[in-house]
Amino acid sequence: MSTVTHDHDTAHHGEHHHHAPSGLKRWLYTTNHKDIGTLYLLFALTMFFIGGAMAMVIRAELFQPGLQLVQADFFNQMTTVHGLIMVFGAVMPAFTGLANWLIPMMIGAPDMALPRMNNWSFWILPFAFAILLASLFMEGGGPGFGWTFYAPLSTKYSGDSTALFVFSVHIMGISSIMGAINVIVTIFNLRAPGMTWMKMPLFVWTWLITAFLLIAVMPVLAGTVTMVLTDKYFGTSFFDAAGGGDPVLFQHIFWFFGHPEVYIMILPAFGIVSSIVPTFARKPLFGYASMVYATSSIALLSFLVWAHHMFTTGMPVFAELFFMYCTMLIAVPTGVKVFNWVATMWKGAMTFEVPMMFALAFIVLFTIGGFSGLMLAITPADFQYHDTYFVVAHFHYVLVTGAIFSIIAAAYYWLPKWTGHMYDETLGQWHFWCSLISVNMLFFPMHFVGLAGMPRRIPDYALQFADFNAFISIGGFAFGLSQLLFVWVLVKCIKGGEKATDQVWEGAEGLEWTLSSPPPYHSFTTPPEVK
Amino acid sequence: MSKTYDKYYVPEQSPWPIVGAVALFMIAFGAGNFVNEVTRNKEGYGGYLLLAGVAVLLFMLVGWFRNVIDESMHGLYSQQMDRSFRQGMSWFIFSEVMFFAAFFGALFYARMIAMPWLDGASNNAMTAQLLWPDFSAHWPMTKTPGGTETTAMPWQGLPLYNTLILLTSSVTLHFAHVGLEQGKRLQLKLMLTLTVLLGVAFLACQAYEYVHAYRDLGLKLDSGIYGNTFFLLTGFHGMHVTLGAIFLLVILLRILLKNHFTAHNHFAFQAAAWYWHFVDVVWLCLFVFVYVL
Repeated sequence: MSTVTHDHDTAHHGEHHHHAPSGLKRWLYTTNHKDIGTLYLLFALTMFFIGGAMAMVIRAELFQPGLQLVQADFFNQMTTVHGLIMVFGAVMPAFTGLANWLIPMMIGAPDMALPRMNNWSFWILPFAFAILLASLFMEGGGPGFGWTFYAPLSTKYSGDSTALFVFSVHIMGISSIMGAINVIVTIFNLRAPGMTWMKMPLFVWTWLITAFLLIAVMPVLAGTVTMVLTDKYFGTSFFDAAGGGDPVLFQHIFWFFGHPEVYIMILPAFGIVSSIVPTFARKPLFGYASMVYATSSIALLSFLVWAHHMFTTGMPVFAELFFMYCTMLIAVPTGVKVFNWVATMWKGAMTFEVPMMFALAFIVLFTIGGFSGLMLAITPADFQYHDTYFVVAHFHYVLVTGAIFSIIAAAYYWLPKWTGHMYDETLGQWHFWCSLISVNMLFFPMHFVGLAGMPRRIPDYALQFADFNAFISIGGFAFGLSQLLFVWVLVKCIKGGEKATDQVWEGAEGLEWTLSSPPPYHSFTTPPEVK
Repeated sequence: MSKTYDKYYVPEQSPWPIVGAVALFMIAFGAGNFVNEVTRNKEGYGGYLLLAGVAVLLFMLVGWFRNVIDESMHGLYSQQMDRSFRQGMSWFIFSEVMFFAAFFGALFYARMIAMPWLDGASNNAMTAQLLWPDFSAHWPMTKTPGGTETTAMPWQGLPLYNTLILLTSSVTLHFAHVGLEQGKRLQLKLMLTLTVLLGVAFLACQAYEYVHAYRDLGLKLDSGIYGNTFFLLTGFHGMHVTLGAIFLLVILLRILLKNHFTAHNHFAFQAAAWYWHFVDVVWLCLFVFVYVL
């Protein structure tokens, strides 16, 4: 894609008066994209385990029919906060962390365009989630209305913690918007000479489009939570028919944010897989330009499909058909992508290191999630699937084996670059196979119980689902435990290990592989020339 | 635009972002508690925490901007840096546009879809007859399905004057900018002062209009969907005018007291101007869709 002709000094450490700061101050005051990227990634990992622990509570309760471990109210809080944490605390910050680490190195920039704002974007997050988690310990408990906080659950029937939920979402939104502005400005303004649009690595492209989606929809989420706040506390009736509003209005505004949000969590994953597959197939990516256009069209279509989440909640038939067809259209650019990844591997000299394994699993399992998405898109069929475990199976295939697998793949792929050490390949393979088997035990049977009619978000279920649920829970615990292996690999790799070369992977291409491993504190103080 | 690849300035460590994060934490946590305390008549510390958070945020903004201004005055910024600021500000304004879009969307949905349905349109004839037999669809919705009554705010009079005030302020701001670019400092100072004064006049009229609505018209925040959309849209717009006016005031003080900004180097002026034109455009949409139509 791009080759470097400019001979730059990789050992150069920026200005001479600049001494590398240390201690707590380094992390609190930092303006360095690598430090901030690390902070984001560590924060996301922590949140992944906190949200994961909540999922374990859910699966433990669902191990048997009846109520064993927790109260129904607390179960609702667990499903709600699990969703919020995984979406806003784990997946999105992980992608932002990757963007921080990689985009400046990939486009030959010295840092992000607005480094201080970058730091602010990050440090808002721990506080926002501290508020959200603290609300769980309030009198009356935390939010229990689902991560989608449908009205009137969040307005008429919610507890006092709703205000804290609203304001913590507000500041998460501020963080996301600032992060996205930074990414866009960096890509528009800081590309090295010669790095034209169609030479940019796909990870940069997909993040550019993601950042645009973020700026377009996070403010809409802010508007939604504001209306929930005023409906609950100040007597407005946006979502109350008696005052002339409509609860369905909530769903429209929420999903106008929510659907692009789904793509915010998958487009960077496409970029990651598009970086990894060519490396281990030792062939350039098949159909680079079509990848860019496919990503753009997915992003545009994402604004026209929101109501496919609400086929059963009250819309004219015309609208149902419109949203059904638009949703199905998305399969076309997505199909282009999957085709291109497969075509990239065609007759490639393939090897199967851990990042490649996760990327391959991503392609297969994300496609399964895509297919169940197509099934859900068919309006009449959705009347059966709506609000069942089939939906849970669908979005966990795209989010866990999609987004999370791509994040893990990215971590393995760039870890040697970041730390300067190779990770433990054997342990990594163990991590992969344990994850792969357990994640399918966990989510695949959910399709069956969903089709058989088991409703989602309910702590109890009919007896005929008992065996499947026990099996699913075992898969869940196994998947949770497997992730401890990941932590072990990470710690081992950060602490030491075989020295990584600059290029790390034989087939790797791109500016980041021209830097030393680990890269200097300031990547490109003078921009490299890209041919 | 010609590309220049000077050395891009990457600031060293800065304490301001973390101070800002703590401020937002205090604001969010304070507001979350305050809302509960106010609406439930409970004693608490939420309001104080909120105010303290705002104070810390202001402290942060002053300190952060002082650093940026110093760096700019010392010539550390290249053209490329200037472009970063400009693009950042444009995307920020785009995010604000989308924030207002959510509320305009709610307004359009309520008027065009929800209200007719409540009166039995589409396939809702039976529902309307059973649930809201006395309701008839009419915008402004002066009587809600639940029976709350109110009076609509006419667009003639104060809202019309406010429109003229805000439009004039955009024109005066433009002439201030022209003055800055042509080195006519007196024109710049006069026109910018006039702009700020017009902004304050707008806010005063808006405040009086709220008093009028509550006292004389019985139009309140909780008067059904008409009052909801009216107060949230005009209220958020008013907040943005307030911020924009403060922004312009700071620029004015920098010009009057420190003689900042030159014909070629005035990003902060431009950012404030963009913001002001943006709130002006929002008001035009408001005037058309909230007041007139």
